[in-house]
Amino acid sequence: MQQDGKKRIWSDYQKEIADDHFFYVRSCIRQSFFPGSEQFFLHFMRDILGKDVYENPSHTTCTGIGYHGDVVPLATIMTVVARHFALMKESGYKNIAISCVTSFGIYTEIIETWKHFPEELEKTREYLYKATGREFDVPENMAHTSDIIYKFRNEIAEKAKYKLINKETGEPLNVVEHIGCHYSKMFPKYGVGGAEFPNVLGGMIDSWGGKVIDYPERRHCCGFGFRQYLVQANRGYSLSNTVKKFESMKPFKPDFVLTNCPGCNMFMDKWQYTMKEMEGTVYGENGESIPILTYEELAGLVLGINPWDLGLQFHMVQSEPLLKKIGIEYDPDNKFKTKDGRQMPVPQNLINA
Amino acid sequence: MPEKKHIAVIGAGAAGMEAAGQLARSGYLVTLLEKDGQTGGHVKDWYHLFPDRRDSKEVIEYLKKQAGHKNVTLRTGITVQRLEKNNGLFVIKTSGDGEIKSDAIIVATGFDLFRSERKEEYGYGIYDNIITSADLETLFRKNEIRRHNGEIPRKVGFIHCVGSRDEKVGNVYCSKLCCITAVKQAMEVKKHIPDARVFCFYMDMRMGGAMYEELYKESQEKYGINYIRGKLSEVSENIENKLVVKVEDTLAGRPLKMELDMLVLMAGMEMSKSGLDLARSSGLQTGENRFFAPADHHFGSNKSKTDGVFYAGACTAPMNITDTISHARAAAADVIDYFRNQES
Repeated sequence: MQQDGKKRIWSDYQKEIADDHFFYVRSCIRQSFFPGSEQFFLHFMRDILGKDVYENPSHTTCTGIGYHGDVVPLATIMTVVARHFALMKESGYKNIAISCVTSFGIYTEIIETWKHFPEELEKTREYLYKATGREFDVPENMAHTSDIIYKFRNEIAEKAKYKLINKETGEPLNVVEHIGCHYSKMFPKYGVGGAEFPNVLGGMIDSWGGKVIDYPERRHCCGFGFRQYLVQANRGYSLSNTVKKFESMKPFKPDFVLTNCPGCNMFMDKWQYTMKEMEGTVYGENGESIPILTYEELAGLVLGINPWDLGLQFHMVQSEPLLKKIGIEYDPDNKFKTKDGRQMPVPQNLINA
Repeated sequence: MPEKKHIAVIGAGAAGMEAAGQLARSGYLVTLLEKDGQTGGHVKDWYHLFPDRRDSKEVIEYLKKQAGHKNVTLRTGITVQRLEKNNGLFVIKTSGDGEIKSDAIIVATGFDLFRSERKEEYGYGIYDNIITSADLETLFRKNEIRRHNGEIPRKVGFIHCVGSRDEKVGNVYCSKLCCITAVKQAMEVKKHIPDARVFCFYMDMRMGGAMYEELYKESQEKYGINYIRGKLSEVSENIENKLVVKVEDTLAGRPLKMELDMLVLMAGMEMSKSGLDLARSSGLQTGENRFFAPADHHFGSNKSKTDGVFYAGACTAPMNITDTISHARAAAADVIDYFRNQES
């Protein structure tokens, strides 16, 4: 493996990422499944870096799941996205920070459509104005929030309490990085590092002391793929894609998987439970499954934030083996307690617990 | 008088050397300009040539003899920046504020090999055991066909059409030579490593030259080369450092995944950068394929749309050595005809 070859490709795919004053749009499913991730992002940007990040309470879903599930037409989703841009304009912001990879893909696809088909942009302006009386501008800068964490990865490294190093062996942790398809596979120029050898997550792993694994099915879909899962009859196909991916990465002994897409994280996490239940198969070492982390969760761990405040306990595959490898301190008794100390119900059948 | 006429030939590859030699032997004075330090273009880097597996050194010797004529002045390390025409005479502006005057010009700037790293999904320059057809020729010459770790490769794949017939990289044309080169190289691999298994992944086998089809047949019957119709989608590396290729086998109608020890990318041909620079600086027309556009595809394939400027060889389209030499001779004939018409 020649690292210089990758660096040459990365140099072709460097995008401009705004430095401050972000209009932040949340993800529908991330708030449910990884509730600590977005909270950490806001904390990191506002409280640690002192950046201006604004959320508008009128922001809604982008309807991306409906769009990819063929129940929301293109004209509708373009108008919904235009409404978000109108909220941004009304709030006085020009830089949009998007939490969800599906939304990022939707926004990117729509803006590209408007560039190539200006009549669609005009139609959308008309639809939005007729429906809401609002007007909008296309953002000056659009970044996925993983782009933003990538941009500030060295600041995180400088403030790091932990490195991605196995405490016992002193060796870098083996990390699988998995970008969502809609992050850069549709438009490689909008992803850090492009689509074939993306560096948005790899750059974080490198900066924080880990080692990126390149394995044969690295580019393969996580298994979600929208219609693969949303159409119930296709779910076996969804699962078989995930199995293929884990079979391929297993020989490289990954310590964890890092993702930037809510769908990827959810499916690679929860399908491991299914694979274990159906066939008794696990893909990590010592009979364990492989923790799947979001980039915000990983950044938070590196900075020494309490794993339970980051929401790691809400994954199906639990992270304690990883926390021990790194040497991260945690209190098992507080895992399912609220901030004011009340005990929450403890989920059954968690993996690695 | 013919001997007073002076022609500048830009590029001392096969076409330029042949054209220079032909004109010199007809009594004209020729200045042969080469941007690199030595003559011979791409041929000098090749090992054996199809279809008869002649050693390329023989061709280089022939070309050197042609260009070594006393009427040819060879100047290497010279980059042509711009062509100007005043009162029927050309002034060639070169690197280092140089100037060369001539009565006619033959542009023989040749081609560049497609940079295979542009097909990012193929992993050239990233995975250790992926090489190009040009790299393989160097290995043949050294008689060292080895993997990066020194092992002898036992399973070798050839990928056709790398940078050719590929809209994604902006090259819709066929480079013409890659299919037959792959056939020849696959056979060479078998000659060097008799127990190797060799696979060619192709879109179409375009065997359009003399003895090409025969060579293709021989490669299958005598050497057991496997031909699989399917375009490569991606390459990766497994834990054992084997290359994993994914291809759609379009004859079998199913996806195919295969482990290989070595992968050879059949890099296509593109208009050379020096040719493109010259076209831009001097107003020479290029076609949709970015090669120089001849004045007429049927009757003037050596002529540009500027009187007195002629083209020779692969600066007009992908071309093999045989065709390049013929094209260069035709360019020389056109130059002589141009002077004859001036006199009459």
